[in-house]
Amino acid sequence: MSHPESQHGSMDLEHQEHHVVGPKVYLLIFFTLLVCTGLTTWVAFIDLGVLNPVIALAIACFKAGLVVLFFMHIHYSSKLLKLTVASGLFMFLVLITMTLSDYISRAWGLW
Amino acid sequence: MDSPAIATVNGEMQAEAHAHPAYLRHHFETVEQQREAASFGMWLFLLTEVMFFGGMFMAYLIYRNWYHAAFVAGSNTLNIWLGTINTAVLICSSFTMAMAVYSAEKRRRKSLVTYLILTIVLGLAFLGIKAVEYAEKFELHQVPGASFSIEQFVHPTDPKAVALAPDMAEKTQVYFSLYFAMTGMHALHMIIGISILLILVVRALGGAYTEGHMSTIENFGLYWHFVDIVWIFLFPLLYLISRYR
Repeated sequence: MSHPESQHGSMDLEHQEHHVVGPKVYLLIFFTLLVCTGLTTWVAFIDLGVLNPVIALAIACFKAGLVVLFFMHIHYSSKLLKLTVASGLFMFLVLITMTLSDYISRAWGLW
Repeated sequence: MDSPAIATVNGEMQAEAHAHPAYLRHHFETVEQQREAASFGMWLFLLTEVMFFGGMFMAYLIYRNWYHAAFVAGSNTLNIWLGTINTAVLICSSFTMAMAVYSAEKRRRKSLVTYLILTIVLGLAFLGIKAVEYAEKFELHQVPGASFSIEQFVHPTDPKAVALAPDMAEKTQVYFSLYFAMTGMHALHMIIGISILLILVVRALGGAYTEGHMSTIENFGLYWHFVDIVWIFLFPLLYLISRYR
């Protein structure tokens, strides 16, 4: 009886065969990241008022998302890892939101 | 051959004959489970790192709102092109690291070692450019502390710059403190990463990581990409969003 190497898909999902991400995906992500870097520097020289930080951070979030999903393999990972990353980021956003809501709702200068 | 029953029988046979890879620890059932546990642990560590850097990002956010004019003036002393080049260098190093993980997966020792060395070279290039930027800050008296000079912000030479009142000009030190704290902690992470990479190269030359067990390379890749992500946010916040136009 040979070892069932190709057992993924039929067996318990937790014991899936590991997904190998190849150079094609990495190259595509790599060039997208470089283009985004050029784009964000270019946009920095255009006066868009309050939109400048918004666009810069949106591009940064997009780039970070690509790195997490493809370079860090989360796109191909189990639900456990996806949930771990998502809950960590959610926690981080909760902390930022609570700190900022404290700062903007204080009666600055009145005490 | 694909039925769950056969897979279970096979599992029992493995246990009896001890026919599993040497690197599979006994408290794990399968190699995949061991690998998953290692990634899970690494991600938990990275989440604590998110909170660590998150505190500094939060401080930056609040102080930038308080002393906006000082932060704009401070930000414009940075060289946007060196920042852009460094971002590109770091993205290249993330790509070579990803390729190192792929090489380990494919059990190609030579290309694993090559990609790890390329990652080290790119990491050192990043630190070199950073050192040039730091040196300039010392020369121009822009390092917070006794030799800090507010003169350049009260009477700026750049025609596009807004002259600051002396008390606001003092607050540029807050910007530079955060600049050095954030890029400094980031650089420390790079130095730690490069040190670990050197060990990984030596061990890879000895044949490690290309015989099926590569959790170390994989988890180090996660760390390296995380450090890249920190810079992806530092770059726009410190260099880009406050340009004079």
